[in-house]
Amino acid sequence: MTTATLKNNERPSIGEFFLRAPAVGPALALLVAIVVFSLSTDTFLDLDNLSLVVQQSLVIGTLALGQTLIILTAGIDLANAAAMVLATLIMAKLVVGGVSGIWALLLGIVATVVIGMVTGSLVTRIKLPPFIVTLGLLTVLTAAAKLFASGQAVPVADELLKWLGTRRYLFGGIPITYGMTLALLMYLGLWYALTRTPWGKHVYAVGNAPESARLSGIKVNRTILSVYIVAGVIVGIAAWQALGRVPNADPNAFQLGNLDSITAVVLGGASLFGGRGSVLGTMMGALVVAVLRSGLTQLGVDALYQDVATGALLIGAVCVDRFARRQQS
Amino acid sequence: MRQRSLAALAMVAALAVTSAGCTVERHWGGGSNAGGGGKAKVGLVTKTDTNPYFVELRAAAKAAAEANGAEFSALAGQFDGDNDGQVRAIENLMQQGANTILITPSSSTGVLDAIDRARKAGVLVIALDTATEPDTAVDATFATDNFEAGRQQGAYVKAALNGKQPKLFMVDGTAGSTVDTQRHTGFLKGIGLTDASPEIKGKTPANGDQSLAQQGVENLLQRTTDINAVYTMNEPMGRGTYAALQARGLVNQIVMGSIDGGCEGVKNVRDGQYAATVMQFPKKMAEQGVLAAVEYAKTGQKPSGFVNTGSAVITDKPIPGVESQDTKWGLENCWGTK
Repeated sequence: MTTATLKNNERPSIGEFFLRAPAVGPALALLVAIVVFSLSTDTFLDLDNLSLVVQQSLVIGTLALGQTLIILTAGIDLANAAAMVLATLIMAKLVVGGVSGIWALLLGIVATVVIGMVTGSLVTRIKLPPFIVTLGLLTVLTAAAKLFASGQAVPVADELLKWLGTRRYLFGGIPITYGMTLALLMYLGLWYALTRTPWGKHVYAVGNAPESARLSGIKVNRTILSVYIVAGVIVGIAAWQALGRVPNADPNAFQLGNLDSITAVVLGGASLFGGRGSVLGTMMGALVVAVLRSGLTQLGVDALYQDVATGALLIGAVCVDRFARRQQS
Repeated sequence: MRQRSLAALAMVAALAVTSAGCTVERHWGGGSNAGGGGKAKVGLVTKTDTNPYFVELRAAAKAAAEANGAEFSALAGQFDGDNDGQVRAIENLMQQGANTILITPSSSTGVLDAIDRARKAGVLVIALDTATEPDTAVDATFATDNFEAGRQQGAYVKAALNGKQPKLFMVDGTAGSTVDTQRHTGFLKGIGLTDASPEIKGKTPANGDQSLAQQGVENLLQRTTDINAVYTMNEPMGRGTYAALQARGLVNQIVMGSIDGGCEGVKNVRDGQYAATVMQFPKKMAEQGVLAAVEYAKTGQKPSGFVNTGSAVITDKPIPGVESQDTKWGLENCWGTK
């Protein structure tokens, strides 16, 4: 497939190549990491372990999916993890209060959608920069979560809320959780929506050049608002994923979740200036981080050096983006 | 350029295929984690890996593992409250075939599910430093009795007030955390007050952070400076509190206590920043945990229940009726950089 893409073009430079297929870079990084860790450890290339790596990337991978949408519109969401933590607490507390799991889940998602609507309205109506809106919300939501829970973690016993992490089946010998299945469906769904529907084209157009988008008849504000609402739904589902992983809603959890999700999106080849990025790339980006953590851990590398590696990779990814753009222009 | 990058791509792909081919056969399924008749493989999961307390715990565990011929590997969460990171650490240690996991749980309920999975796979799980809720979620707990440590601080402060009615500020840790609650209620028991007592003139949570404690106490002092006693939940917050009190010239009228027994904290006591600190012994927790792991690997015997690793009041102003050690002893037995 790679050769075919190249053959069809007259003079393809590496830069253009990366620009046309932003998921190729992270896919390569992922492949290299998997090969290196498989060769250098006895434990990495084990089906259980590979399944584990995916499970470990699910929460951030889901958050990153919503983050991708927002970054595509040249926005950023610093409050997604805080909203998610609040939603886990809402779900957990409702269940403790005797509400059934399904209602708790739905009300938790409603909460994140409302947060998405508020963010989107502030961004589109009052024209506030998304960075500022979500920075403020980060503080508000973190405090709200702590107030709501009186600072206490709330253990979750409800089967439905834990379902994404606890139920698993074997697929070709690989243990698959329902959380993995749901994440895959979400990625596929959003990939379809972004690449095959008018809405997706509008999202890219709005991120690339809002003024031309408006002139060509796209309802810019409505598109951006819809993005924040869809991202809100995704954040709610991330909360469900989080309870599947750790059935304990903790107001102190996921303090770096917002930055981790941005890392995944940028590693996935998206541009922070909007208009460029893909769902597939984000998936690769989230997996690269999880693979690095898992592999380096098994090699016995200190966690702080793992942070150094992740950060360096992030800067490298942005360099590739710059390089690609310069080649194009 | 294009030729070369294609060649590189092909090589990586070929490597991936060949390595997959040979490795799958070798490492299918993984091994058993259960103990008995084998070499101890000890994994340690701390809350973070930068706090000097956990650095000491890790160093002591590593040394004990080396001395006893056990394999050792240490992982940590990224911040206090990082349950997800700790669950990941447990999973990765199981993947590496650890047969004992020593963990200082980030929250008392946060990682129970993962601990349960580990125990079901035959791994001995011991909580260090912080107990789980319920405590039967782990095989055993080796920790400071934090309620008792708080009570000792309270008893000392009460005795040092020498019959005067306490007028108290409380500088707490992270609201709702288990250790914070235990030390807080222990202190109140030791000094003979309750949360509703009018003797408490102000409370501020400071997340264990020095600058937050300083800020919090500065704000409390805006309300009243008529105090004679201060509870601090740990030593960094004790230092922050001292800075705030000193700026107001209040240090001489106040009896302040703290908890931890870090070397810097013992020096603070020696230099008179606060009257006393209650020392805990992370080294003991780690060593006893590793010894239990070695025993389990050898015989399959598991420890059980809560093992108090003890705490001691450190002060240079001893008071009859309150058992204490001086700062010289404290500096010999403290944790962190001496």
